[in-house]
Amino acid sequence: MDEVATKVELDAAFTDLYRTHLRDVYSYAYYRIGNHHDAEDLTEQTFLQAYRHFERARRESNGRPLRPWLLRIAHNLAANYYRDRSRRPQTQLEDAAVISDTHRTDDLVERREELEEVLAGVSRLPDDRREALIMRFALGMDNREIARALGRSDGATKVLLHRAIKQLEADLREEVRDE
Amino acid sequence: MSDVERLLQSALVPIEPPGTLTDRFEEALSELTGAAAEELADWELRAMRDPRKWGRPAAAVVVGGAAGGALILVRTRQQQRRRQARGIRALQRSVREVAGEVRGRLR
Repeated sequence: MDEVATKVELDAAFTDLYRTHLRDVYSYAYYRIGNHHDAEDLTEQTFLQAYRHFERARRESNGRPLRPWLLRIAHNLAANYYRDRSRRPQTQLEDAAVISDTHRTDDLVERREELEEVLAGVSRLPDDRREALIMRFALGMDNREIARALGRSDGATKVLLHRAIKQLEADLREEVRDE
Repeated sequence: MSDVERLLQSALVPIEPPGTLTDRFEEALSELTGAAAEELADWELRAMRDPRKWGRPAAAVVVGGAAGGALILVRTRQQQRRRQARGIRALQRSVREVAGEVRGRLR
């Protein structure tokens, strides 16, 4: 009876995890890979793998949030995705409608080009810097969560984020100079 | 917050996953259930002769049962999508029945 109760409770917890973080994992996958089709595959594979190891992860988490663990799975799968298929991230995100779909303010038209340049700049960054920015800004993760997801120390993550922002800043400045 | 950070905040917005993604995930989980059920059915034919092989199918019961349980829970999110529910429930029921039988035999 206890075993059944535990399994029901575990399934309920996994369902909660799925519902709560589906958007996080999908957002990460989309910005990491650059197209919806592969982002769906990556998201599905992430949750399947999470399901297989959920019981142990939960046991070992000691009550800490499991979002970094989920993102770490997605991070590893994304790395395999590029390695297996010899692909590189697309320089432009597939669907610029991302911007128009989610921003409904009046200054949208004026800012659209600027935001597209930012996204293009992000996609030109090295993988680790791009990932750190996605986790910070698209997912709202703090330094500690990002550190856990990327398997780095808190200090190294802080430096990584700082360098990513500086590199992007320089890149955008250069783009403006070239125009 | 610097200008670039403000721009990043505006550009990197969360992306809503397509509604079909949950269907896909459910399907993948049900395949897991199906694979476990097949393994059990196959084992049923051989188990009486070789009790040493009871361990692996017992694990399949656990995997199949677990995947089925999660499937039901994920599914409750989209109760309007019931088109596959009948078949899957039947499969889960048969897995549970066989699981009960296996447990009985292992005792």
